[in-house]
Amino acid sequence: MSATRRGTRRTPVIAIALGGIGLGLFVLTPLIGLLQRTPWRDLGGILGEPAVREALRLSAVSSLAATLLSLVLGLPLAWLLARTRFPGQAVVRAAVLLPMVLPPVVGGVALLLAFGRRGLLGQWLDRAFGITLPFTTTGVVLAETFVAMPFLVVTVEAALRGLDRRYEDAAATLGAKRSTVLRRVTLPLIGPSLGAGLALTWARALGEFGATITFAGSFEGRTQTMPLAVYLALETNPPAAIALSVVLLAVSISVLALVGVRVVRPPREPVARPVVA
Amino acid sequence: MRPRLVRLGAALAVALAGGACGGDGKGGEAGAGGSGGGPPSGTVTVLAASSLTEAFTAIAAQFERAHPDVQVELSFAASSQLVSQIQQGAPGDVFASADTATMDQVVASDDVASPDVFARNRLEIAVEPGNPADIQGLADLAGDDLIVVLCAEQVPCGALADVALANAGVEIDVASREENVKAALSKVELGEADAAIVYETDVAASDSVEGVTIPRADNVVTRYPIARLAEAGNRSGADAFIAFVRARPGRQILAQFGFLGP
Repeated sequence: MSATRRGTRRTPVIAIALGGIGLGLFVLTPLIGLLQRTPWRDLGGILGEPAVREALRLSAVSSLAATLLSLVLGLPLAWLLARTRFPGQAVVRAAVLLPMVLPPVVGGVALLLAFGRRGLLGQWLDRAFGITLPFTTTGVVLAETFVAMPFLVVTVEAALRGLDRRYEDAAATLGAKRSTVLRRVTLPLIGPSLGAGLALTWARALGEFGATITFAGSFEGRTQTMPLAVYLALETNPPAAIALSVVLLAVSISVLALVGVRVVRPPREPVARPVVA
Repeated sequence: MRPRLVRLGAALAVALAGGACGGDGKGGEAGAGGSGGGPPSGTVTVLAASSLTEAFTAIAAQFERAHPDVQVELSFAASSQLVSQIQQGAPGDVFASADTATMDQVVASDDVASPDVFARNRLEIAVEPGNPADIQGLADLAGDDLIVVLCAEQVPCGALADVALANAGVEIDVASREENVKAALSKVELGEADAAIVYETDVAASDSVEGVTIPRADNVVTRYPIARLAEAGNRSGADAFIAFVRARPGRQILAQFGFLGP
């Protein structure tokens, strides 16, 4: 019967019901809860409070530094994973991506045992150079890079794998040096993915909490980033906690909008690019 | 992390040993009283200050031996954090805080009625074993190259440490203000900090730090109040637990862990 055919095409009620509950309960309700308690009128004043301003400044500085570090170290890593073959590559890839699924507080403990004053590498840093990383802004950057870099690696690696290598090969046969091919062909081609990866990395670094408080501690202006300030302000100054939360929410939405072209919209058929198997 | 586990084990061992000598009679009493009607049963949820971790773990174990029908669930966090949890409606039956100021906040918000002080505690400087930085008192914490951690300002141990430092007229460069006293202590246990200002009981409960006494003139004595929550689901269980803490078995365990009497 044609009705049966049509029936299978109709959106199942159960999917609408469960999907609607998922959307309403877990996405919209918490958002509305936050927004309806936001002290909109005092927002400017609260964000101007010294402690809040310090958290904003520190978060901006540390998350941008972490994003830069992720770019410098993560881009070559992504390239190695996408373009070379070496023994144990699958294990290396899994290890690189591990921080994405590892509880951040565990990451913080691991960082302490590696870079802390009694840590594997940290004790040597301390003895040889007098450098201690915990309780410093550098420690915050380290913790944020630890959790955020995989987002860059995974995005860029996927882009490099999906790239049509004939463009690079053509450039090479025309006499371009490897560095020229990278700069003029490869990077522009993966540009949008790289941008999306950077945005995701930055957002993850900005939101980092567990590894930071475990490894870098919490001190205003030095290691107390916005998420830590939100957590602590909830006890003493709830309006400030809510105001900071709204700022982080706005940033998150902006990042989604920024990468939206690639992530939020469903994948489209490639238009101008030749498809190779 | 390991010393903490060992310490928890030790606390349990103490609790079991304590239960073995003192608990038998108690258990018999509870059994006899069971037919009388209205003995405590079910689960008692106790929200307690971080500094009570070892003592209340031991007390809860012994309480459960004395009241086999009752299970105690313990939740430890900074007193200030527990206050905000309670005010946000977190379920619980008993609240024990590390100072009267935080307890007063939940009294003011009508979340508890009449708290009673059950113990006192003093501050002490926790340093690494052998005191490698040779810290003799609060004044030594001002050293430039020392890493000193305190509790956050809103956490009782942090507020008290600020008072003690002010009493001594010492200004220090604090490396981190930790979210509760055990977090501050663990930074010294891990060797990441040279010193932390914690409670005497925290130093006593740790195998991997040493204590440096803060002289009485500068030190602060904090009083620990305990109260049943207004929204307690298990009122009889809450009352029984509070009575147990304040009676001899509870006082003995608190004293074993270095708390001063009320």
